[in-house]
Amino acid sequence: MVPLSWYLVLSAVLFALGVAGFLFKRNIITIFMSIELMLNAVNLSFVAFAYHWRQIGGHIFVFFVIVVAAAEAAVGLAIIIAIFRSRRTLNVDDLETLKL
Amino acid sequence: MTPSLHLWLIPALPLAGFLINGLFGRRLSRRAVTAVALTAVALSFLWTLRVFAAAYGSTEPHVERYFTWIQSGALDVAFSFYLDRLTLVMLLVVTGVGAIIHIYSAGYMAGEGGYYRFFAFLNLFLFFMLLLVLASSFLLLFVGWEGVGLSSYLLIGFWFRRASAAAAGNKAFLVNRIGDFGFSLGMFLMFVTFGSLDFTTVFARAPGAPAATLTAIALLLLVGAAGKSAQLPLYVWLPDAMEGPTPVSALIHAATMVTAGVYLVARAAPIFSLSPQAMDVVAGIGLLTAFFAATIGLLQTDIKKVLAYSTISQLGYMFLACGVGAFSAGIFHLVTHAFFKALLFLAAGSVIHSLAGEQDLRRMGGLASRIPRTHVTFLIGALAIAGVPPLAGFFSKDEILAHAFERSPALFALGALTAFLTAFYVFRAFFLAFRGESRVDPSVHVHESPPVMTVPLALLALLSVAGGCIGSPAVARALGLAPLGEWLGPVFGSAARPLTVAHSTELALMGLSVLAGLAGIALAYFMYIARPDLGPRLAAAAGGLYRAVHRKYFVDEIYGAVLVRPVLLLSTFFLWRILDVAVIDGAVNGFGRHWAGTGEVLRHIQSGNLRSYAGWVVLGAIAAIAFLGLVVRP
Repeated sequence: MVPLSWYLVLSAVLFALGVAGFLFKRNIITIFMSIELMLNAVNLSFVAFAYHWRQIGGHIFVFFVIVVAAAEAAVGLAIIIAIFRSRRTLNVDDLETLKL
Repeated sequence: MTPSLHLWLIPALPLAGFLINGLFGRRLSRRAVTAVALTAVALSFLWTLRVFAAAYGSTEPHVERYFTWIQSGALDVAFSFYLDRLTLVMLLVVTGVGAIIHIYSAGYMAGEGGYYRFFAFLNLFLFFMLLLVLASSFLLLFVGWEGVGLSSYLLIGFWFRRASAAAAGNKAFLVNRIGDFGFSLGMFLMFVTFGSLDFTTVFARAPGAPAATLTAIALLLLVGAAGKSAQLPLYVWLPDAMEGPTPVSALIHAATMVTAGVYLVARAAPIFSLSPQAMDVVAGIGLLTAFFAATIGLLQTDIKKVLAYSTISQLGYMFLACGVGAFSAGIFHLVTHAFFKALLFLAAGSVIHSLAGEQDLRRMGGLASRIPRTHVTFLIGALAIAGVPPLAGFFSKDEILAHAFERSPALFALGALTAFLTAFYVFRAFFLAFRGESRVDPSVHVHESPPVMTVPLALLALLSVAGGCIGSPAVARALGLAPLGEWLGPVFGSAARPLTVAHSTELALMGLSVLAGLAGIALAYFMYIARPDLGPRLAAAAGGLYRAVHRKYFVDEIYGAVLVRPVLLLSTFFLWRILDVAVIDGAVNGFGRHWAGTGEVLRHIQSGNLRSYAGWVVLGAIAAIAFLGLVVRP
């Protein structure tokens, strides 16, 4: 029987890796993958808690997160392709138009 | 409960005319604009006649309440109209003379730009004037009071491209503010004392108030009345108001608006009559104004200015009448004055029209045969104002002078002297304009005015001849009517002082004042027709006095030095340069600069770099978690 804390530590490590990847990588695709990593880290802790407390709510939340993440992937990749077509780059440091 | 007379229709019709012409007049043809304006006034007049027929016999006031206008604590002001015999007289004068002048204006303004604007403002004026007359409380009256001031301002400055017209409009507005300030204070004091502003309530509670308070209220109301009716010392705006088109001078600055002050005093008669001191002040101001303005009128060279000073002088007579307790005589003179002064102004307008804009008496002369209709009507108006029997002015002026004599023979003496001056200056204008050698610029093509202008003149001339009948007991009874003074009796009740002088004395006084008028006419004839060389010689002999009168006693200059300049200096060097620029602008701009500096620091955060934004989000999240874990802690 694996104790709850191990799952939580693993979830925290995965989340921290996702944050670090988001902050330090420059390629949009990598950043996108970092976001997925953070989402799944959270999913892991949801499932772990749901199992530990014998509550179905956590499982249901995970399904919602997966669905939203799938939708986000579809939209996000489409945006990334559009950006690449117009800018010929995927380096976020070159994309500074957010301040306009 | 008497059946509703739908009094609201009377002011609502001109208001509708104003809205139609004001909003759509630019797109309407001149014919349509004229039709709208004239129809509105004519219907209003017809409805007034209907109301008159319905209410002629009743002595009790008829009040129509429409809705509660203001309710706040003890203040409860209804939007309601109050109709008694005084209101009826005013309604007939305002809509009747107003309708005649509207017709005249259609001819006079035919060649002018801004035609629809003129008629829209004229209708707006009538709306406010009727509101003023119909109001059932001092506050609603004040709305009309301010409204007619506004319309007067708009119409004085009708030719707004002319700097002098714009300045005259400003002057009228500012001088009237002083009067309105007094009026407002009077209303505050009235509300504090009586707990109401409604006519019925105030007049019912007036006898119980302390005498000093009543005097204060009456004097404050008088300040307002003096401003609106151009009495000493606030008369200075009226002569300048002649910058407006002549029909405006006739309607607003002679027949109706300027008499609002007299109406206010007559309306508030139950308050005034309880304060003998206030009554004396009213009589004194009226008589002094009548005399003072008449002397200035002697030497004016602008035909409209002569009539303007004459209006001030005649308004003084009305105040004199109210001040000696002869309220109905004052109202009688108001009515006849509306007829003959409107006539004189419109005839003067016809002269100006026929001379292509010339107003200077020194460049007229010998016009009698060239514009005969204008000549005859002006002569009738002049005879009426000079008090020649049996024209309108004779009856009303005599009634006032008889009442003045009863109060004190000195009042009568000065009043009769003023009547002499009145006859002199008005016939001076008449002789200079219509008789003697022509001094008209030969290049001007003199032509009689069209019928649309001469027919109103004829109507007013008829009223100036016959208007006196309504007030003279003998003539009115012969016609089967109640004399005006008697008919107005229930309105003033115990406030009015009945005339008690013997009939023989009355006849003697009548003879004296007629003699004064005839002497004035004779002197004017002598000086300007028989011996025209006499005038300049007399002027040279009088020297300083002549110059003082000619320059209107330097009143404008004195006001300028004593009142206007100090205010201007205070405004420039304290209110503007210090209070406005340094304190107010300084505070506002200081705030602005402070936040601009803060923004200057914060703007560096917004770099547009996605990863730095993400970094801020992470930092924020860590800070939030730290706060929750370390400070809040479950």
